[in-house]
Amino acid sequence: MGYAAGVGKTYKMLEEAQERKASGVDIVIGYFEPHGRKETIAKIDGLELIHRKVIRYRDSSFEEMDTDAILARHPEACVVDEFPHTNVPGSERGKRWEDVEILLAAGIDVLTTMNIQHLESLNDQVWQISGIRVRETVPDWVVEQADEVVMVDLTPRALLNRLQRGVVYEREKAEKALQNFFREQTLVALRELALRQTAHEVEHRMAGEETRPSPAETGFLGLRKRHKILVMVTANPKTAVAIRRAKRVSDFLGAECFAVAIQRTGDLSGLPALDRDAIERHLNFARNLHIETRILEGDDVAATLVDFGRRNEVTQIYITRPQKQKWLPFLDSDPARRVLDLAKDMLIVIVSDREPVTVH
Amino acid sequence: MATDTRRKTPEEYLRECQAEEEASAASSQGRLKIFLGYASGVGKSFRMLDEARRRQERGQDVVVGAMQPQVPAEVEPLLRKLEVMPLKNAGGGTAIDVDALIFRHPTVCIIDGLAYDNPPGSRNPTRWQDVKDLIESGIQVVASINIQYICELREQVEAITGKHVDQTVPLAFIQSADEIEIVDAPPEEPLERSPDEQVQIKKRQERLSKLRELALVVTADIVDHQLNDYLERHGIRQHYGTHERILVCITPRANIQDMMATAQVIAKRFHGELVVAYVKQSDISAEDQSALDARFAIANAAGVHVEILEGGDPADTLLEFARSRDITQLFVGHSQRSGLARLKGSPLDKLIAEGHGMDVCVFPQ
Repeated sequence: MGYAAGVGKTYKMLEEAQERKASGVDIVIGYFEPHGRKETIAKIDGLELIHRKVIRYRDSSFEEMDTDAILARHPEACVVDEFPHTNVPGSERGKRWEDVEILLAAGIDVLTTMNIQHLESLNDQVWQISGIRVRETVPDWVVEQADEVVMVDLTPRALLNRLQRGVVYEREKAEKALQNFFREQTLVALRELALRQTAHEVEHRMAGEETRPSPAETGFLGLRKRHKILVMVTANPKTAVAIRRAKRVSDFLGAECFAVAIQRTGDLSGLPALDRDAIERHLNFARNLHIETRILEGDDVAATLVDFGRRNEVTQIYITRPQKQKWLPFLDSDPARRVLDLAKDMLIVIVSDREPVTVH
Repeated sequence: MATDTRRKTPEEYLRECQAEEEASAASSQGRLKIFLGYASGVGKSFRMLDEARRRQERGQDVVVGAMQPQVPAEVEPLLRKLEVMPLKNAGGGTAIDVDALIFRHPTVCIIDGLAYDNPPGSRNPTRWQDVKDLIESGIQVVASINIQYICELREQVEAITGKHVDQTVPLAFIQSADEIEIVDAPPEEPLERSPDEQVQIKKRQERLSKLRELALVVTADIVDHQLNDYLERHGIRQHYGTHERILVCITPRANIQDMMATAQVIAKRFHGELVVAYVKQSDISAEDQSALDARFAIANAAGVHVEILEGGDPADTLLEFARSRDITQLFVGHSQRSGLARLKGSPLDKLIAEGHGMDVCVFPQ
C-alpha cells in the first residue's frame, strides 16, 4: 500500500519476491510495470517472467496479464503489479483484482501493489483532498481479504525530489503530475490517509478477539447490541457518497449494512428511465461493495424507510443532504426532511457532500 | 472547484510572515530525518543505510556517526562502503563523538538509534541532544528509532510489551524532524512449532501487531501536524477530512450518554479525535442550567474537556468552531420543532445546509 506513484511499492514487492525465491519459494512475475525505473528493473533479475497476453481493441494492441498462462505454470507465489488496473475491453475479466481472485482460488499466493486513492470507500475523501475523481477503484472487501497489508512509506519531500530528478516519470509527464496528485499538501494528506488505513488493516487482522468491536462497546441507546446501518437509495447522484460513507463506518464498527430504495410498486418499473437507471446503478454499486440491497414497497418513502428501520432494529439511517430551497429552509416533501421528522427516536446521519473547496 | 478569494486577515498575514521567518532561520541549520519502526528487526537500519548509499552515490558527503552494537547481516555490505566515525569511550560508556563530527563536518550524518543516555561527563546527557547540536552546526542527520523509546508513548508500549524502557526521546523532538518515515513490515511468520510454542508465538505476534498499529497511528498524527502546518504556512484553508474528528454538541436536552458512547466508539475505531462543545445561551432557566451541568459532568467524567463557545447565532457559532477544528462528524440532537414552527428554519437545518464536509448525526433527545 502506498500513497502515490514512485514511493517504491513495486521495488519493495520485488525485494520481497527475491527474498522468497532465495528461501526456496517457486515465485514468478505475473505482471510488472517497469515505468522505466532503473533501480526497480534491476530487482527483477533472476525472477521468471510470465509473458503478457496481447489483446486487440479498436485497431490497437494492448498487453494484459496472462492469467491462464500463470494458472498453467502454477507457481507457489506470483507478483502482480497495479492491483486496481482496469483491463482493456475484450479481456476475460474487467479488473485485475478479479484476475487476482482467480489466482488465489487456484491456491497461488499473490503479492500486489496499490495506492490508497484507489480504495472505494475513500473515493469522496480523495476527491475532497485532490479534486480528482479516481475512476479505478477496488472495493474494500477485496482489500480486506488480503492476509497482510504493508505500508510502503516515503516522505512527500523525498518523493517530489525523485519526481524532479526524473526517477518517477519522464520530464513532461512529471510536470503534469506536479499539477495534480503531486502537490505537496495533496501528497501529505494522502499519506496520512494511507497510514491510518494501514493502521486499521493491522488492527482488523489482529488475532485476539478483544481487539474487535465488542457488543458492549458499540452500544447505542444503552442497549448492548451491534450497530446496524441502513442507507436510503434514491436517484440523487449524491447517493453514492452516502453508500460509501455508510459502508466505511459499518466496516470500522463491525456493523451490518443494508441499502434500500422505496417505490410505490415495490420495483422500479413505474419510474422514468433516467431515475430507474440511476437507482439501479446505485443498488448495483452497493451490491458490489457487498451491501445487502432491497427495494421496498410503499407510497410514503420516508415512512416506509423509517418503519423498515424500526422493524429491523436499525441503529443508524444514512441519507443524503436535502435539496436546499431558496424561499424555505427545506422543502417539506424532501424525503430527508421527512425522515428527520418521523424518526426523532432514531440516529439519522445526513451525509455531507465532500466537494473540494479551496479557500485562500 | 469552488474557490473563494477572500482576503486574509491581518493575523493570518502575521502568522505567514512568522512561519516564513522561522523557515529561513531553519535553512541555515541542518535537517533531521527520522526512520521510525515498531520493533527491532523491521529493517530500519537497512532502509537508513540504503538511503545513505543513495545519497553518497548522488555525491553527498556521508558519515556514519553511530551504529547499533549488532548490525543485521544484510546491513554489513552497506556499512562497509561508508565512512564510520567511531563512538567515543568516556565515563565507562560510549557516546557519539560530537566534536569530531562537527570538525569533520559531513553533509549528512547517520545515527542508528536515538535513544541512548550518554555516560556522565559527556557533552550532553542524552544522544538526541547531541544530534540537536549536530543539526545546529549545519549537519543533516538521518536517524532511526523504535516507538517504544518515545517518552510519551512509554506507558502505552509498556502496557503492550510488559517491558520497562529507561532511555527515551521526547515526542517533541521526533515531531521537530523535517521528515519522518515509517518502516513497516508484518511480523515474521512463525515456523512450524509445537502447540505450546505456537501459543507463545501467537501472543508475540499480537503484541507486535499492536505496536505496529501504534507506530502507524503515531506517524499519521505527526503527518497530520505537518499537513496543518503546511496549510497554515501557505494560507490554504481547505477541509481535508484525513482524520476523523467528532464534535458532540451539548444542549440541555441532549442525550449525552448515547452521543458520548457512540462518539467514543467511532473515535476509537477510526483513531479519531473527540471534541465536545456548548454554545453559551444568555437567558437560560435554572432547570436547563442544572440539566447542562449534569451533561458537562458526564463529558468531563469521560475525560473530555467541554469547549464553551460564545456567539450570536448558535448554528453559525458551532459551524465556525467546527470548521476551525476540521470536524468531519457533527453530533447533535433532533430538532424539537415541528409543523409551522419549522418553516422559519431550525438551527439543525442550518447545520445540515452549511456543514460542508461534515456529516450531521442527529440523535434522539
